[in-house]
Amino acid sequence: MPDFLTAYLQSNVTPGEAGSAFWALIYVLIVFAGISVAVMAMNWLERKALAHFQIRLGPMRVGPHGLLQPIADAIKLLTKEDIVPSAADKFVFWLAPLIILCASFTTYIVVPFGRAHAITDLNIGILFMLGVSSLSVLGVVMAGWASNSHYPLLGALRSSAQMVSYEIAMGLAVVSAVLMTSLNPSGTGTLSMIGIVQAQEAQQTWFVFKFFPLGFIALGVFAIAMVAETNRAPFDLPEAESELTAGFHTEYSGLRWSLFMLGEYAAMIAVSSIAVTLWLGGWLRPFPHWLAGQSWDLVFSLFPGLLFLGLAAIAFVGVGRMPKHPYFKIQTAGLAGFGAVLGLIGVVLFIPPVRDRVQDIFWFIAKVAVFMYLYIWYRATFPRYRFDQLMKVGWKVLLPVALGVLLLTAVAGILF
Amino acid sequence: MPQNYIPIFIFLAVVGILIPLTLLAAKLVRPENPSRTKLMPYECGIDPVDNARGRYTVRYYIVAILFVVFDVETIFLFPWAVRYKALGVFGLVEMLVFLLILIVGYIWIWKKGALEWV
Repeated sequence: MPDFLTAYLQSNVTPGEAGSAFWALIYVLIVFAGISVAVMAMNWLERKALAHFQIRLGPMRVGPHGLLQPIADAIKLLTKEDIVPSAADKFVFWLAPLIILCASFTTYIVVPFGRAHAITDLNIGILFMLGVSSLSVLGVVMAGWASNSHYPLLGALRSSAQMVSYEIAMGLAVVSAVLMTSLNPSGTGTLSMIGIVQAQEAQQTWFVFKFFPLGFIALGVFAIAMVAETNRAPFDLPEAESELTAGFHTEYSGLRWSLFMLGEYAAMIAVSSIAVTLWLGGWLRPFPHWLAGQSWDLVFSLFPGLLFLGLAAIAFVGVGRMPKHPYFKIQTAGLAGFGAVLGLIGVVLFIPPVRDRVQDIFWFIAKVAVFMYLYIWYRATFPRYRFDQLMKVGWKVLLPVALGVLLLTAVAGILF
Repeated sequence: MPQNYIPIFIFLAVVGILIPLTLLAAKLVRPENPSRTKLMPYECGIDPVDNARGRYTVRYYIVAILFVVFDVETIFLFPWAVRYKALGVFGLVEMLVFLLILIVGYIWIWKKGALEWV
């Protein structure tokens, strides 16, 4: 392996800190590919999980258990006709999905997947993230306005009102977490995403457990607000198909529509990673102080490999349960191959240098995955809110609660 | 740490190359046969009634104005939160005064009914 590769891999800094444009480019490409794959996986998982919630099978035809369904969808969307309504404002219509996509992808610049695994570590990280992610409101309004049709306009108005209302509660909850970072001997906190996680490491607790139940309530406020921010069920008023067809992207089709979907899912992952970073200890493994020591470190570092081996085992169980008809031969072989790849990844993750390098990322993604599953669960469980109820929750419940938590946290920080 | 900001521009460059490439690829493979009815705004199969860009309820403007007020408040809280422990009781009291003014305004808009949506 060339020297500069090993030298970088052994150093413990982000590409931004190292000032290395080459590594920054590699990280950017990895993040792009990773998010796209994660969105595809999420798409499959959501349809599959929702189907099982409703005692259906979900996608089963394209690939074993519908595993290739997202790829088939992508090809379908790519080859679909792109319709731009004659009354639309062409340029704004064209620009809107790009703004949403850029806004949701740009936030990943500061997401800390590990101590050395962020594209860069801005000292205003969390502000940058909140600021950039709220730019997607602009894209929504532009999409609705440019379509020049009733449903998209109403959807865009609703969506923007909802997003700005919940952003306030979200911001106040974030302030209470930032405030906790300053509870150290130097008395100065940080806005950097990596710094926030290190503050939790130094204070030996995740902020969700700090001043219990204050941290917990703040996380709760954020968790509700982030579902509303990303326009997901039960707050999916802008896309309420029973009244507004598809909301602000009714007039979009083909690839442009898929850009909206990509942006939406990327934004879901982005806000989940804010929640994980601020309250759930980011890349820190569970119980770093209670179950401390070399042997526990080793046990926890085996988790990523074991997870992949477990997934491989599930895939092989699936192979065994495939119908024995010759028609299913290719699907069975495909599932076996998929299981073999998962098992191979699992084995690679057991190699010590890889293991040490990867476990940060694993714990971060595992925590984000919990939130992503919650999104699906909410969608299957809760009925949609009415619009006045939605605004009432945002302005009359979440805002006072977030303010109260902030003030109580400040008082608790002085007293203890 | 100015070098920390360089990756943002690298990111923008990657976006500036990747997205046009995708759009171009889609343009090459997709069919293109528009017709007058296909290009009409969607309205459940009937002809659109009038121009969509009409007037809409004033509630949305009120929400936007309230958002600006409270969002600026949140931004003001960030510097205090970062220096919170260092400023101590002095900072807390200062912030309480600032928040009190806003909370009075908040109660006022609540009583005025600006938060009702009917």
